[in-house]
Amino acid sequence: MESASQSPRAGASLLASSVGGGILPGWATYAVLGGAAALSTAVLLAAGAFTAALTLAFTVLVACVAIYAWSRAVEGPRRARDRVMTMAIAAAFGLAMIPLFSLIFEVAKRGIPGLSLEFFTSDARGVVGGGGAEHAIVGTLMITGVAALISVPIGIMAAIYLTEYGTGRLRRALTFFVDVMTGIPSIVAGLFAYALFEIFLGPGIRLGVMGSVALSVLMIPIVIRSAEEVLKIVPAHLREAAYALGTPKWKTITRIVLPTAFAGLVTGVMLAVARIIGETAPLLVTTGVIDSLNSDPFHGRMQNLAVYAYNEYRSPGLMKQASYDRAWAAALTLIAIVMILNVAARLVYRRYKTEIR
Amino acid sequence: MSRFRWLAVLAFASVLALGVAACGSSSDETSSGGSSSSDLSGEIAGAGSTAQQAAQEAWIAEFENANSGVTLSYDPVGSGGGRDQFIAAGVAYAGSDAALSSEEGELEKATKRCGPGELIEIPNYVSPIAIVYNLPEVEGLQLSPETLAKIFSQEITTWNDKAIAADNPGVDLPDTRITPVNRSDESGTTENFTEYLSEVVPDVWSYEVSGDWPVKGGEAASGTSGVVEAVTAGEGAIGYADASQAGELEVAKVKVGKEFAEPTAEAAAKVLEESPLDKELSQGKYVLAYELDRETESQGTYPIVLTSYAIACTRYSSASEAETVKAYLEYVISPEGQKLAAEQAGSAPLSAALTKKVTPAVEAIEAG
Amino acid sequence: MAQVDTTTNAGQLLAAASGGRRRPGDRIFSNTATAAAVTILALLAGVAIFLVAEGLPAVTAAASELPGGKSLLDYVAPLAFGTVLAATFAALIAVPLAVAVALFITHIAPPRIALTLGYLVDLLAAIPSIVYGLWGIFVLGPAAVPVMRWLEEHLGFIPIFEGPASVTGRTMFVAGLVLAVMILPIVSAVAREVFSQTPRKLQEGAQALGATRWEMIRMTVLPFGRSSVISGAMLGLGRALGETMAVTIILSVSGAVSFNLISQANPSTIAANIALNFPESSGIAINLLIATGLVLFAITLVTNMGARAIIARQNRG
Repeated sequence: MESASQSPRAGASLLASSVGGGILPGWATYAVLGGAAALSTAVLLAAGAFTAALTLAFTVLVACVAIYAWSRAVEGPRRARDRVMTMAIAAAFGLAMIPLFSLIFEVAKRGIPGLSLEFFTSDARGVVGGGGAEHAIVGTLMITGVAALISVPIGIMAAIYLTEYGTGRLRRALTFFVDVMTGIPSIVAGLFAYALFEIFLGPGIRLGVMGSVALSVLMIPIVIRSAEEVLKIVPAHLREAAYALGTPKWKTITRIVLPTAFAGLVTGVMLAVARIIGETAPLLVTTGVIDSLNSDPFHGRMQNLAVYAYNEYRSPGLMKQASYDRAWAAALTLIAIVMILNVAARLVYRRYKTEIR
Repeated sequence: MSRFRWLAVLAFASVLALGVAACGSSSDETSSGGSSSSDLSGEIAGAGSTAQQAAQEAWIAEFENANSGVTLSYDPVGSGGGRDQFIAAGVAYAGSDAALSSEEGELEKATKRCGPGELIEIPNYVSPIAIVYNLPEVEGLQLSPETLAKIFSQEITTWNDKAIAADNPGVDLPDTRITPVNRSDESGTTENFTEYLSEVVPDVWSYEVSGDWPVKGGEAASGTSGVVEAVTAGEGAIGYADASQAGELEVAKVKVGKEFAEPTAEAAAKVLEESPLDKELSQGKYVLAYELDRETESQGTYPIVLTSYAIACTRYSSASEAETVKAYLEYVISPEGQKLAAEQAGSAPLSAALTKKVTPAVEAIEAG
Repeated sequence: MAQVDTTTNAGQLLAAASGGRRRPGDRIFSNTATAAAVTILALLAGVAIFLVAEGLPAVTAAASELPGGKSLLDYVAPLAFGTVLAATFAALIAVPLAVAVALFITHIAPPRIALTLGYLVDLLAAIPSIVYGLWGIFVLGPAAVPVMRWLEEHLGFIPIFEGPASVTGRTMFVAGLVLAVMILPIVSAVAREVFSQTPRKLQEGAQALGATRWEMIRMTVLPFGRSSVISGAMLGLGRALGETMAVTIILSVSGAVSFNLISQANPSTIAANIALNFPESSGIAINLLIATGLVLFAITLVTNMGARAIIARQNRG
């Protein structure tokens, strides 16, 4: 159709003529924003209440009112509504970005002083009031890795069940309870894992794998949910073509459905990993606290970045600032790990994404 | 496509390298820094009070330096959790802000756990609790126990109240609102502070003594750092926290007898020295639970004190466990160990007299 | 071909006619899938059994035996109130914002940078909850103090802004804001997904009839995505109800039950209460805490059932 291929200006004038009236110049939005900013700054400075946040808020408010008034006068009420809503939505997006940038800025600002080569290469064993966080980093990777190892096969198989095999009561029950599972408080998952292992191994037991089990309880519903969505999108005609050729069902799933959905599945797993990698509460009650490096999840306590950061904040000792620095540095490392995993997931997605015609 | 390959190879290689490094340094045989001629070996776990956490970390670090064959750990799960785990034989020793109680049968259960041996309960960590406040123009605030109680029970609501002015003659007090800050989590610090208030001024402070703060409506923060951060952030705020964590906050002087005392390590240790044993809770040859004399009026004492105990047994089934626990506790109560704790965690070192009292308990540990 | 594939209708007919067998590969695979589904239900049942078994002693105990001397109901009611208050406040802020963010990314932003913007919003989900807690105390709290003071002065007649405003900023207001930021990426991810899948015919049809972009969004995109947005909101609500660490660190809890959002006396949430008191608890106190966990479980169940009912009604109507 013409409207899609013509230039936006032509389309806009088409629209303008259809609702009656003229059309604002292309620089209208920027002019309004600039004017509103200037006005707000001037007024607040005069009132002696100038702050960046307040100015921004007033600018957006004034700009919305101004653009509506101006557009209504020139272009008519419908176009005016469109302009003001677009501005409002853009402002909402900006608002949502503020905490993100604030978080990343603050963590970076406070965490970088705590980073050092020592932080990454040595643990805290035998070092009074200091040391590195290698044991915490290795612990996080190990515990999260084992949790993924547990959750991903079970989660994907359950999603396959829901999309390919499930019928009737079991399916409905599973769908409902997966929803419920997303709301389990993280500390309850930890207490459950602790109670489970306590039955078999006695009280006071602390193992890396207990933390993995607790994290799996939190991770599985997310894996199932996203895997289910991705598997549902695989078109039926792909499957039907396979069956028509006489392929058995299991081969269809493993050779056709899963590879098609592979990219989406990886993204879903990454989402789940990102969710649980920073969990502190369940690990506090299951993995214990230790200074030394331990890479065996089945034997002995294991430190991890989240609990490490929490401990450094909670019990800083006399060198308070150094402990706080280490806590922020651990948080920064955690975020960095998640970002790396996210980027890797995106690359995998782009590489393996199959275009479905 | 090749860019992705490179990234994957790089990621894989770095994970592999990290793993190899990890495997390399996790074995018990490697000697890590510090020369040690000790032949102690094994893994010992302790758990309990968060107040002792910083000190325990320092002790463990030094002990592991001197004995590279051992791996110690201390879980700061809280005093209650520590006592529970000790009774259930989940840990070799526990740190507790409160002595084992006789109410829920804790004392009997712990004695039973130690089997053919005896129960050990000795004070190993003493720390003054400071009253910190945030009032920019006022330094060196002085408070009597009654005023202190009234502030924290929210009877006094502004800083220029008559009672505070009476304690601080000649000081210009602003009319800022008082924001009392307390612990939101159950804590030994709260228990010791409320114990002090209920013993010294029971007519003003009629609340039950417990680890849960009893007064509603104040500002509550999680952990000692939480209280310190809250007081730092709020003008007109006042709170109670481990003295070593006060940082740059102003600390109030509390009236003891006729003088106003500061929360120093020496003053705190002196209170313990002058306190008698709690007869009901000290049943056992090596069980030394103290009933702190909070109403003391002697000079040079500071009665708002947190005493934390180390709980262990005199007999352990494995010889290496017994040797290691004995050597560790010996270090903990030694002058060097106490000095380290004072430096790293801000505690008050045990006085010489007290050390002499607790040493026999530790010396009695043996295998069997 | 001796074997017959029984997953197609033709195959089933043939198999029935010949007294068919199912291939072992099919049997193993389908059994594994079913086993996975059953395992998960068993896991969930395990959690529920754990909660009930450990919480039951507190349910049956008399009020005098419980710490604090209150019955279970008296103990958990303020906590449940605080949990629902915090989560509702967070959802009320997050859901409209998430819808706006999703609309911006799918319909307003230039397509070339839309992918990057989506990635940025998803980054919010990557930040650990403990970092949100620390950010709440050190950054947002102090920044919110002047805002809360302003609210107390000018809107203090509304019960939720009654004040007196806390001087440290560790209030339900700030905790709710932090929760809102935490659940924003969840809701917006779901909304983005469904908004981008609005049928092009619907959208182009509206435009062909002369609708402005906003009118098109209002007429086609929003109604199309309504039930999915509600489902996403429920997901976010579930997260907010169960969030432990951030609330534990930020909130100044004083057990008071009130709608006052900006004072220092706030009700605690169930999850934060467990985290704060569990370390020092022993015996019946632990059972009490776990019983509150059971209550939270029930609240989440009810919320999910309500959401499903709403969505079903939307789909029918």
